[in-house]
Amino acid sequence: MVTDLVLLGIFPYVAIALAIIVALYRRHSDQYTYSSLSSQFLESNKLFFGSVPWHYGIVTILIGHIIGFLIPRGVMAWNGVPLRLYILEVVALTLGLMSLFGLVVLIIRRMSDARVMAVTSKMDVLLLLLLILQAFTGVYTAMFYRWGTAWYVSAAAPYLWSIVLFSPKVGYVAQLPIMTKIHIINAWALFAIFPFSRLIHLVSLPIGYLTRQYQVVWWNRRDFQAQYELAKSNPTAYSKQVTPMGVNVNTLGKGYRSISG
Amino acid sequence: MDVRAQVSMVFHLDKCIGCHTCSIACKNIWTDRKGAEYMWWNNVETKPGTGYPTLWEDQNKYKGGWVLKNGEPRLRATDKLRGFANIFFNPYLPSLDDYYEPWTYRYEDLFDAPEGDDQPTARPISLVTGQPVNIDAGPNWDDDLSGSPVYAENDINLEGLSAQEKEQLFELERIMFFYLPRICNHCLNPGCIGACPAGAVYKRGEDGIVLISQEKCRGWRFCISGCPYKKAYYNWNAGKSEKCILCFPRLESGWPPACFHSCVGRIRYLGVVLYDADQIHDTLKTRDEDLVEAHRRIILDPFDPNVIAAARQNGIADDWIESAQKSPVYKFVKVWQIAFPLHIEFRTLPMLFYVPPLTPVVANVKGGNFDVVQDDILNSIDNARAPIRYLANMFSAGNEEVLKRGLRKMYAVRYYMRLKTVGDVSEAMVTQMLRSANMTAEEAEDIYRMTTIPTFQERFIIPPYTREYTAELFEHPYDYKARTGFGVRKSFTRRGA
Repeated sequence: MVTDLVLLGIFPYVAIALAIIVALYRRHSDQYTYSSLSSQFLESNKLFFGSVPWHYGIVTILIGHIIGFLIPRGVMAWNGVPLRLYILEVVALTLGLMSLFGLVVLIIRRMSDARVMAVTSKMDVLLLLLLILQAFTGVYTAMFYRWGTAWYVSAAAPYLWSIVLFSPKVGYVAQLPIMTKIHIINAWALFAIFPFSRLIHLVSLPIGYLTRQYQVVWWNRRDFQAQYELAKSNPTAYSKQVTPMGVNVNTLGKGYRSISG
Repeated sequence: MDVRAQVSMVFHLDKCIGCHTCSIACKNIWTDRKGAEYMWWNNVETKPGTGYPTLWEDQNKYKGGWVLKNGEPRLRATDKLRGFANIFFNPYLPSLDDYYEPWTYRYEDLFDAPEGDDQPTARPISLVTGQPVNIDAGPNWDDDLSGSPVYAENDINLEGLSAQEKEQLFELERIMFFYLPRICNHCLNPGCIGACPAGAVYKRGEDGIVLISQEKCRGWRFCISGCPYKKAYYNWNAGKSEKCILCFPRLESGWPPACFHSCVGRIRYLGVVLYDADQIHDTLKTRDEDLVEAHRRIILDPFDPNVIAAARQNGIADDWIESAQKSPVYKFVKVWQIAFPLHIEFRTLPMLFYVPPLTPVVANVKGGNFDVVQDDILNSIDNARAPIRYLANMFSAGNEEVLKRGLRKMYAVRYYMRLKTVGDVSEAMVTQMLRSANMTAEEAEDIYRMTTIPTFQERFIIPPYTREYTAELFEHPYDYKARTGFGVRKSFTRRGA
């Protein structure tokens, strides 16, 4: 009981706090490391069969979890018709197996290739252990505790909402089978190590690429000239300006000022 | 008219002796680091040959650069949607084996080996894994190996050559080759910038140097696919892409880049050209065979009062305009038109130009006697040892005529000077050569001077960067003003391992 409270009621807050605070701190203090360390250059063939099924599988599954959390009633309504429930279950299980397969390939690749091993850190190993545990318990739950998409919305979704609303109700999930509970606790563990590991690349998705022009030009002096003139002509307005890219003047990224062809 | 300045370059291939001093100068300054050992921001290739990385020119393999689709330039490897779809696996990324696995030797074994019957050896070990490695490729593995069935015969520029021409090219004792030094072209329409999802690759507006912000780079590796010259490299240790920076810290202190400065053959020239950014898009839509001339049209006359006025309006300082007027690059590319971009059909509008090599047949063996060729000089372009088709595939997107116009000038200069200094050719012939090259004696003198006896100060016209403003390129001086001390230094090598 106490264990449940600690792991399902208190640990989530520690994990979320770590995820948010450390991620923001790292963004500010050390943007340089805000990505995954790609090893495709060192080994490309096996990576394809690991990375593609893993990422496409896990991203879709994650989106599914989030949808179930956001609109549980919608999911319930969808599952009201048995055929639709079967379709959803089959799709979810397929995606789960796909990501599990991809992850196994990725782990074998990393352990068997000397070049990739040379760029593997201890944190990478820990992360892979947590991920394989997560994928395994997820697929296990999907296979052996039927209609997971249905009971997720009535057990896990209210639990997650209770966490978000700062009144944790562990009871929603305390009676779930042990594999499923490991799945939930391990998910919080992944939250906790997210900002310390290569998982940080989740939030470095380059959305800006969709809207920007293909060519990028940074003008350093032009902007300087404009600032100089503003400072001369209107010192008050100048001093009230916010620095273009926030407060971190140490980064070169600050020079990102104008784009043109 | 949107006038901008570009620090631009010319390499005179007839003068390159293939000594690799440029590569070593660059390596010692910039890429002697973990993860960068395999990178050669400056490398020298033997042509015909497959180059570095192997077969880099073959865009069916690497998908670099831009192509016209429905009349609009599009990246071959990626675009906004494909960039995201392929973000988990870049399908056109060269791997380490396309370059070579960098290695060192276990030198300590020479001292520490126990006493035995055999001499101790220093085994090669990989700089990636630290394990013993069998070396089967290296930088310049094909150095001077023209005629080899492994390298030279697979050069994709041999496309379109007749079987007879190819056979001649590889016949023993007739083998022809020349060297091709390559650095980043600092293009006007860079594929690396277009392909970068993170927006980390950028062109400096003030001088056109193309750089990768190490802070913004997220290691997606699309710049490497986007660059058709394969001059962006992935640092496998840092998880960042890197490329030639044209030694901008040296330029900003008034020195030419290290590879230019150290060039033994003095083949390299550097100077500012002014160009019209408004014309870039239309130029990109030109047909392959017209690209060389369209590219030249973008480069503006720095003596034209309209250009000067527009340049000033764009904030280009007078001393930069003056620098553009003195630029040797402007003369080579625009006035004399004897320098050509490498593979303009990749449509990145490279700003590094090459004076193609002359490979005249100077002697034949006739009936067992060595015979100096004198009679057929006027046709020497068509009979040269490097088939014009081959050179045109490299330097003019297959347009032989535009290339021949440049080569005719080069030949005319040679015979003009031969008449003056040796005097064993007829004046009538030289006059005819000058006429057919459409040039004056003065122009021949100018080209002679700039290609044979230019001083350091004539080869490198470095625009005044005014060192006191350099800090502003990295730090906003007005933001910096309020801060004191040196801040926290961060290690840039903690990634990986």
